[in-house]
Amino acid sequence: MSELATGARVVGALGARSIRQTFRRPQLMAPIVVFPTLLLAIQTGGAGAGIELPGFPPVQSFLQFMLAGSMMQSMMLAGNSGGIAFAVDIEMGFTDRLFASPIPRFAIVLGRLAGTAALGLFASLWFLAIGLLFGAHIEGGVPGALLAIALITASAIAVGGIGAAIALRTGSASVVQGLFPLVLVVLFLSSAFFPQELMVEPAKTIAEYNPFSFIVEGVREPIISGIEAKQTLEAIAAIAGIILLGLGLSARALRHRLRTG
Amino acid sequence: MEATTAPKTLQTPAWRTNLATIAALVARAKNELLRVPGAAIPGVLAPTIFFLGLNGVFGSLIHLPGFDTGSYESFIVPVSMLQGAGFTGAAAGVNLARDYEQGWVDRLLVSPAPRWVLLGGNVLAASARAFIPATFVLAIGFLIGVQWPGVDGLVVCYLMVAAMAAIAACWGSMLALHYKSQSAAPLMQAGMMGLVLLTPAYAPLELLQPWLEKVARVNPVTHVVEAARQGFVGGVTWSDTWPGLLAVAGLLAVLGALALREMRRTNA
Repeated sequence: MSELATGARVVGALGARSIRQTFRRPQLMAPIVVFPTLLLAIQTGGAGAGIELPGFPPVQSFLQFMLAGSMMQSMMLAGNSGGIAFAVDIEMGFTDRLFASPIPRFAIVLGRLAGTAALGLFASLWFLAIGLLFGAHIEGGVPGALLAIALITASAIAVGGIGAAIALRTGSASVVQGLFPLVLVVLFLSSAFFPQELMVEPAKTIAEYNPFSFIVEGVREPIISGIEAKQTLEAIAAIAGIILLGLGLSARALRHRLRTG
Repeated sequence: MEATTAPKTLQTPAWRTNLATIAALVARAKNELLRVPGAAIPGVLAPTIFFLGLNGVFGSLIHLPGFDTGSYESFIVPVSMLQGAGFTGAAAGVNLARDYEQGWVDRLLVSPAPRWVLLGGNVLAASARAFIPATFVLAIGFLIGVQWPGVDGLVVCYLMVAAMAAIAACWGSMLALHYKSQSAAPLMQAGMMGLVLLTPAYAPLELLQPWLEKVARVNPVTHVVEAARQGFVGGVTWSDTWPGLLAVAGLLAVLGALALREMRRTNA
């Protein structure tokens, strides 16, 4: 068997393990599903009248507008949960056993990211299902839905890469868990929950340059109006940038861990 | 002669022993906080992030017709203080589950202390601890322009914060004793988050979506939010205060009784 095929099998096995791990532990699953769903319901019900504000983009409902934000929140928390689980593996010595086995080192990180990507896929499907169930239209139709799913899945790899890098560098689950509030900060300082033009300063200006705003707009556009090349390309560029950053940091942290033990 | 001198411990009235036990449990919680101050950071950080985040994101909702306050930060600050109390109370439940896993609760249960005293110590400690996130959020609020609620408004708000933490601690303790595992933590936190936010938290009742308006009207915490908020958006009145007091009394009675029932079952 070629080295690439072996690597792919290892990535598949570790990815499947990380998905099983998440579904078995309610502490890992709750942030991905329960909290974003609860917040979606509360924010839709509580701030739904906001669509009547002058300057709010034309939407069918606030739920339709919010779907992209909830997918982003769930995906980012999946990335964080993946990082926590990876750090737990390091703390318990599981990763050391993988390092000692004859498998490519990159497969260890990619295996974790494959699991995180699958959770991102699950998050996008979950929120699309909720949206459709409660009457939201996907204006971009099936291609629009597929684009939103693809962007969220790719974003999960991007965010998971950063979580994996921090897990590898620190080897501490509590440190990665401590990043949970940061996820909320990044989301609140983006256009995930409200149009950037209607946000209050300084959040408004920060959201304008936040790369996660570009991603969320790329996911939102196919849902509220249809596929737009500009938003899609901006989202892809932002995701690519974060993936490169995450993989670069992960590679560096992996080398550091292998050197220092 | 011999029968007239009973041991001193037997002469101590039960209420004094109970108070001493509650004080010891509160002191233990205080020691935990002093020894691991970092453990309090998430409980402080989460409501602060929510407060600043919600204000930045939904601040322009005040321009909607029917929003009768000109300051969204003043409107939302009591909600974040109550949310902090909810998280703190839920954390008391998580700590109890941890204590159970480590065998500490078993040792408490074999002591002669009544069950309500053991629960009371945990609940009172959570109420006292809730002042930390509430004060931090309020201080940040004043920095960004939250209106001074007046002494009476502040007193009512802090009273609601302490009561909300006690309610959350009863809820968390009930779940901790039922599941006997820290894995129930998300349920403790999500329950309190739902209870506090399924109210006119983001906007006045009239501006909520019809389904949430219906839920908020039957959610007793709506009265707690409105009582805590009144000083920040207007004046304090008895008609806005008593429903809040009644709601916290009712929730404490129900959740306290359920937590106590779980504690008795644990004993069996």
